[in-house]
Amino acid sequence: MNFDLTEEQQMLNDSLRRFVTNEYSFDKRSRVIQSGKGTDPATWAALAEMGLLAFTFPEDFDGLGGNAVDTMVVMENFGRGLVVEPYLATVVLAGGLVRDSGNDAQKGDILPAIATGERLMGFAHSEPGARYHLAHVQTTARKDGDHFLISGQKTAVLHGGQAKQLIVSARTSGTANDQHGLSLFIVDTDSKGVKVDDYATHDGHRIADVSFSNVTVSADNLLGEIDQAFPAIEKAIDLGIAAVCAEAVGAMEAMNAATLDYIKTRKQFGVPIGKFQVLQHRMADMFIQTEQARSMAILAATEADSDDRNRRREALSMAKTLVGQGARYVAQEGVQLHGGMGVTEEMFAAHLFKRLTLINLLFGDAEHHLAEVSDGLLAKSA
Amino acid sequence: MDLNYTPEQEAFRTEVRHFLDENLPDDIRERVQKRLRPDKELTERWQKILFDKGWGASTWPKEHGGTGWSPIEQLIFEEECALAGAPRQLDFGLRMVAPVIMTFGNDEQKQRFLPGIVSGEDWWCQGYSEPGAGSDLASLRTSAKREGDHYIVNGQKTWTTLGQHADWIFCLVRTSNEGKPQQGISFLLIDMNDPGIEVRPIIMLDGEHEINEVYFDNVKVPAENLIGEENKGWTYAKFLLGHERTGLANVGLWKALMKRLKEVAHEEQDGQRPLIENTRFRDRLAQLDMELRALDLTVLRVLTDKRGPGPQASILKIRGSEIGQKLFELLMEATGQDAIAHVPDALELDYNGPRPGSIEATPAAGDYFNMRKLSIFGGSNEIQRNIIAQLVLGL
Repeated sequence: MNFDLTEEQQMLNDSLRRFVTNEYSFDKRSRVIQSGKGTDPATWAALAEMGLLAFTFPEDFDGLGGNAVDTMVVMENFGRGLVVEPYLATVVLAGGLVRDSGNDAQKGDILPAIATGERLMGFAHSEPGARYHLAHVQTTARKDGDHFLISGQKTAVLHGGQAKQLIVSARTSGTANDQHGLSLFIVDTDSKGVKVDDYATHDGHRIADVSFSNVTVSADNLLGEIDQAFPAIEKAIDLGIAAVCAEAVGAMEAMNAATLDYIKTRKQFGVPIGKFQVLQHRMADMFIQTEQARSMAILAATEADSDDRNRRREALSMAKTLVGQGARYVAQEGVQLHGGMGVTEEMFAAHLFKRLTLINLLFGDAEHHLAEVSDGLLAKSA
Repeated sequence: MDLNYTPEQEAFRTEVRHFLDENLPDDIRERVQKRLRPDKELTERWQKILFDKGWGASTWPKEHGGTGWSPIEQLIFEEECALAGAPRQLDFGLRMVAPVIMTFGNDEQKQRFLPGIVSGEDWWCQGYSEPGAGSDLASLRTSAKREGDHYIVNGQKTWTTLGQHADWIFCLVRTSNEGKPQQGISFLLIDMNDPGIEVRPIIMLDGEHEINEVYFDNVKVPAENLIGEENKGWTYAKFLLGHERTGLANVGLWKALMKRLKEVAHEEQDGQRPLIENTRFRDRLAQLDMELRALDLTVLRVLTDKRGPGPQASILKIRGSEIGQKLFELLMEATGQDAIAHVPDALELDYNGPRPGSIEATPAAGDYFNMRKLSIFGGSNEIQRNIIAQLVLGL
């Protein structure tokens, strides 16, 4: 039982913290967002230089053999500075899927290319109407000789508009909501029949709707076993959950720091408003919520790599629920304590608020995951 | 980072479990698990059994007769005891006054008082609160005037938990009215058999006698019972409250009760189905289960932090009390309207009369009422928020 970072993780943490503080200012972030490109080549190159894009890949494929705890360290720092680079989509989701399900040829092609920063990737899974149900996939992949023909509609594809390749889930047998019959494909986004609608998000990231119309994909691009992709999809989502839980904790800490700073300096009635007990207690509750969320983000990170499916999913749902609730609480209170300033675009707190709010909606909101845990109690008794 | 217990810690858990299987008397286990009325004999008998094993003081260093266990081992021990149905050991001696005596007492005081605490021979109670000094503890007025080699103590303490059984009381007394209120306080150990002490019961809202008022009328206390220096008692008092707070998270006990609550949710009927199949009830249970998991991890984080528990321990007190109260709320609601009847006799082991509903309903409402104290004592949760705001956040 220990909660210590390894020496390497501590070094990673220190250098990332310096990088975010010194090289990723609020103004710089605003410029990146305004460019509409969804990524800043210089920042992305710097992350690659730091080894960040390869941390969780196997050593045989130019990686450093890290795990979800390393991802936690990265994402927490990204949360603190609200970094909008496509790390989650490229490294955690797509990179994680290729690492866990890919054959040597696929890993050899993709992982080093991600590691150097030259290739952006995405995971196209969610579909209209699926909400948070992972088996609800109606996109089809029909075998046609030594090819597959993919047709269907994907939504909420993180950084889909920037990705060179997408990992696409599609149904190779069964009907919507069957866990069996799902397969994963590596699809170039410049393939004929792929249409990408790229959108800005409220929190400075990019998201895309992607449609596939008889897109021809080589059988070599099948990632993992045919029809058997569901456990891999769950695992990828769990890695994503652990990552955004850590990001939320970083953003909650930043919100607390910004709010604390504000209420110590903002004066009303002749005193700093932080002298008012009604605000002090709310600030204390924000602190408590953040510590609780941190405990759960740690749980998420230490379980996310596990192959013990039920235990892992329960832990991740617990984490996503409490982090989602805590993020919402801290976000709302942070804005409230900033008063009118909190609802202006010029305040960092407002941007933390938006990211914390939207993180709750990614990969299942607090209510969805509460239901997962709750139904788990029923299953355990059966 | 690794949230698994080490093989040594798992072996330790097995050892504790085995000991409890062999040595926890059935009648005690039954009374605790059915949440029947606790009494002095039960607490003393269990303390004696632990003492004979060398486990009387799980949180003490070996040199004073403790186990010398690590914080994690202490937690494992507490958790296993709670799961097995062992009664709570008495905190007032073991976790409150003892650390003060060890840290600030002289050698003579250590030799005189510590053995009786670990053996369970001496029953201690706490003399902090007064009618006019609750959260504002430093405003206390019980006075101790030095006369030769004695102090003459006059005043009144209140909320004295289990003071009716006590042999000793540790008191904060006013020895000076100079300077700030905190500066004139001393820490005095007083024999409850001294002439001039009167204990009066306060019946709490569950109808039970757990709490008392203690009156001091010219009580003559030997000066050798003063801990540390005169007028430095506030320092010792705060030290004690810090120790108390870490223990107040109560994770082991809450885990045992959570396990029980899940069983109760299967046993109680909701029409034609077990209560657990009621989604709205089950969701609340799940929410609480998660919050308990988070508390458990947070306690472990605090206890394994090499910097030691600081004012962050207030988080544990706040969340521990909130989660405990919610547990008792759900335990009560799980038994539904069967919890309404008040049958005090049914809280005894030999009760054979009628009772509404299952045995789970008998203590349900009374326990819920009683546990409102959790967010009030040991520094109310509002005081804990003040501590976080001031000492952690610098407000």
